[in-house]
Parts: sequence; C-alpha cells; structure tokens
Amino acid sequence: MAFAGSEAALQDLARRRWRVAISLTIAMIAIYFGFILLVAFNKPFLGRLISPGLSVGVLLGALVIVASWILTWIYVRWANNHYDKALHALRSGLHE
Amino acid sequence: MISVQTPADQVTRIGEPNAIAMVFFFAFIAITLGITWWAARKTRTTEEFYAAGRTISAGQNGFALAGDYMSAASFLGIAGLVSTTGFDGLIYSTGWLVGWPVVLFLIAEPLRNLGKYTFSDVVASRLKQAPVRIAAAIGTLATVTFYLIAQMVGAGGLIRLMFGLTYETAIMIVGAAMLAYVLFGGMIATTWVQIVKAVLLLGGAALLALLVLSKFGFNPVRLFGAAAAQYGDSVLAPGRLVAKPLDAISLGMALMFGTAGLPHILMRFYTVPDAQTARKSVFYATGLIGFFYLMTFVLGFGAMVLVGPEAIRAVDAGGNMAAPLLAETLGGTPFLGFIAAVAFATILAVVAGLTLSGAAALSHDLWVNVARGGHATPQEQLRVARAATIVLAVVAVMLGITFKGQNVAYMVGLAFAIAASANFPALVLSIFWRRCTTAGVVASMLLGTASTLTLIYLSPTIQIDILKHDAAVFPLRNPALITIPLAFLTAIVVSLLTRNAGEQAGYARVESQMHMGH
Repeated sequence: MAFAGSEAALQDLARRRWRVAISLTIAMIAIYFGFILLVAFNKPFLGRLISPGLSVGVLLGALVIVASWILTWIYVRWANNHYDKALHALRSGLHE
Repeated sequence: MISVQTPADQVTRIGEPNAIAMVFFFAFIAITLGITWWAARKTRTTEEFYAAGRTISAGQNGFALAGDYMSAASFLGIAGLVSTTGFDGLIYSTGWLVGWPVVLFLIAEPLRNLGKYTFSDVVASRLKQAPVRIAAAIGTLATVTFYLIAQMVGAGGLIRLMFGLTYETAIMIVGAAMLAYVLFGGMIATTWVQIVKAVLLLGGAALLALLVLSKFGFNPVRLFGAAAAQYGDSVLAPGRLVAKPLDAISLGMALMFGTAGLPHILMRFYTVPDAQTARKSVFYATGLIGFFYLMTFVLGFGAMVLVGPEAIRAVDAGGNMAAPLLAETLGGTPFLGFIAAVAFATILAVVAGLTLSGAAALSHDLWVNVARGGHATPQEQLRVARAATIVLAVVAVMLGITFKGQNVAYMVGLAFAIAASANFPALVLSIFWRRCTTAGVVASMLLGTASTLTLIYLSPTIQIDILKHDAAVFPLRNPALITIPLAFLTAIVVSLLTRNAGEQAGYARVESQMHMGH
C-alpha cells in the first residue's frame, strides 16, 4: 500500500475521532451548564416537587451523573468498535 | 474534649483518642508500607519510578484514578455541605464528576500515545523543549502546591478532631508516611496505595449509605422526604450558597475543565500499557466516581435527618464531621473508628499522588530536559527524582504548618482554577491544533497561572473574608470564567502572530503518533 494512501486514511480517521470527541464534549458541556444555569437563574423551577421528597433539582442533579455515564459509554463503544478497527486496518496496511 | 447531644441523646466521642480508629489506621499504614517494601524491589528504573513500568491494568488504573481524585474534601466536605445546606451541596457532587468525560474524550488516549511521564512531554513534543517545559512546570507546581496545602491543612484538622493528636504531629505523620511510599516505592507503591484507599473509601461510604437507607425502606426518596418534613421543602431547592449566578457558572467551569489539567491525574495515564487501556480505565473511573457522588446524596441527607445540622455544626463549623458523626450514630464507636481511619487514608493517598507528580515536574521536566538538555544517565534521573521527592515532602509539611487554621475549601477551588486555566488550554491546543506555536502555549500557560493567582488574590474570599477589607476589586470567588477563555485566547492570538512553519510541519508526526502510538 502506498504511504500517501495510508496518510490520507489516517487524517480521515483523525477527523472522525475529533468529530466524535468534540460532539460528546459539547453534549457534556450543554448538560452540565444547562443544570448550572437553572441553579443560577431559575431556582423556583428546581425547587418544584415532583412527589413528596423528590424535587426537580435533586432529580436533575442525579441525572447529570447518569448522563456522564451514558456519554462515556457511548464514546468507549464507538472507540472499541470503530476507531480500534480502523487503527488496526491502518497498521496492517502499513506493514504490507 | 468536645461532647455534643445528638438526637439519639448520645454523646459523640469525636475528638477523643479512639482505639478502634488507631487499630484500623495502623493496619492501613502496615499494609501500605508492606506494599511499598514489595514495590521498592521492583523500582529500579525511571520508567518504574514514574510510570509503574506501564503494567497497570484498566481496572486497576480505574480504581487508582478514583483514589487519586476522591479527596477528603469530597467525602467529608460534600457530605457536610449537603447535611447543612441540602440541595446546594449537590451542586458540588455533580460538578466534581463532569470533568471525567472531558478527560476521556479529549485527553486520555492522545496523552498516553504522545508522552512519557508528564503532560509537558505532550505539549513540548513538537515545540521548543526548554521554554515549554519551564512554563508547564510552573503550572504544575502551582496546582500541586495549592492542592497540597488544602490536603495537609485538612489532614491536620481532621486528625486532631478524630484521634486527639496535635495538629503538628498529624502533619508530620502524613508527611513521613507519604515520603516512604513515594521515595521507596515510586509510582508502583503510590498506585497500590490509591487502589487500597479507593476500595476502602467506596466500601465504607457504601456501607454507611446502606445503613442509612435501611432506616427508610431502601428508598432514597423517603429519606429526602423525611429531610423535607423536618427542615422544610427548601432543603431540596437551590438556596444561599450560590446566591450569585456568575459564581456558580465560574466554579462550574473550574471543576469541569480543571480535572483535565490536574498533573497527578494526567500522570496516571502513563502507567498503563497502551491508549486502549487508558480509555477503558477512564470509563471505570467515571463509573466509580459517579457512584461515589450519588452516595453523597444519601450520606448528606442521612446526616441531616439522623444527626441534625445543629449537632454537626457544633462539632465543626464547616460541617466536615457530618459523615463521621453519621457513622457513630449508626454503628457506634467501632464504625466511627473505621470511617475516621478511611478519611485519614484518603488524605494520605492523595498527598502521595500529588508529591509524585510535583517531583516529576522538578526532576523530569526541569532537571533532565531543561538543565541537562535531555542527556542524563538513568541512575542520575532516579537520584534526582528521589531528591525532588524529599524536597516536596519537606515543603508539604512546612506548608501544612504555615497555613494552619486557614479555610482550605477555596484552595482546592484555586488548584482546579489554575489547572483549568494554565494546563488545560495549552494541552488541548497542542494536541489538536496544527498552528499552535511555542510562544503561544508558553504565553497561555504563564498568563493562565498569573491571572488566576492575581484574580484569586483580588477576590472576595481573600480581600473580604481573610484580609477583612470592605470590598473586593474582583467580584467572583472563582476566576475560571475569565481565566479559561483568556488562556485559550492568548494561545490562539500569540500562535497566529508567531507562525512557525517548522512547528506546523511537526504536527504530521504528532497526529500519526497520537493515533498509532510510538
């Protein structure tokens, strides 16, 4: 395989990884700062009770933690299934 | 001795020498020194001293990352905040976690593939070594110093309260034990100390949370309901703690981006064999740390209902003794002793991790790569690393004694603000931005450190609370809202003004190595 071809493939992979990484980072920023902005500017909404003992604020706080788990899981799944395979293909291409 | 009436009409034994705490604590010291003795025989090269020979597995590193990160501030501080303010404390529980996904998406894998021992390796990889490493070492040492002050002062106060030892004795014990781990066992011992501590802390907190929930039919909502019934629905809503909206946003930015700039956390990614393992280890760490912060909801509200905010504040005005008091209420003196020993072990482990990362900045970055131009024999490198460890341990003990009685909460916030402003922008841009130049990242790291220190000095925390002035020049308690954008902007503008074709060309190698490894 020509070196130029694998270099183009690597740059393509680098672009794809950057797109996934930055999208997930922006999602995390949006979720967390969405929560913080509510804390800062809409306290009555967070204080509203869904049921006795459970306010919107406590529920959303727990959901921010759950959302962090889900986003890291999405990334690890993508990286294990797609990124690692593409890297493997690139490496074996280089050794041909 | 302090004695307080709790709702159950018991007298707390906090502050009296606790035989069970001593037994647990000395068992921890004995086990960790045993680990150190074992690790010392395996620590012969710099790669073993700084990076545990790169043999740590994903699961082990997940626990070690969690151990390095979950400080006494999060265990005792958040439980205390929730127990005395309710919902406001939970803002911290979420904030301390959301930096981890950012570490995973942007930092962990490129860092593992591009560097050797410190994050400066990555920033300097295609730029001029000396200026970049000096600037990065300044950012590292500033972060480590403020983090160390917070941990040492916290340790002294905590041990005095829990074991009845004097403040100075407590600081000396922490300094001596930490020095033994790092000096003889290097990263191998430090990693295993973190793992033991993380298991103890998670286990202790889970046991405490289960005991609390058993009183409420294992339903957290019934626990929150009991807190609201006793102290009003306002404990489930945002309150005074974040009165100013911009303060909340600024603190949030420091917490979110600071994690990705903490030198002792970044250093852990060099202890695993490859980038894939680094990735998996952050996934485990995020799971463990998130689980821990969810438990702080239960511990905090549990202490509010079962111990009571007045009784908690009576023992320690900051509320830091909420979790130990809760343990005493639920499991008597033996459980108090166990939780006290866990809290001490927590501080000890974090201090060891910080010292090792500071020693790496002094010896690997400043001595080997700047003073000796990258040419030092392995024996010399190891000797200098150990000398730097001793220097830092002495500095840590002196800082702990000097800052006795200071409010430590703002120092952790300050450490995060410096990490987020000095280290994070330079690291991200050097990894992902082709055009960034030596002048750009050096300006960004120096201005990030200087502006954070200056604005903290001008903030209400220093000017009004400590210096007792009437007003503060700078309105925010945490400067991250200003300093993070400033550091990014500085790096971008200066890089564009000092274009360097050679450094841009070097990016092709960085890009390849970032993905393909060495």
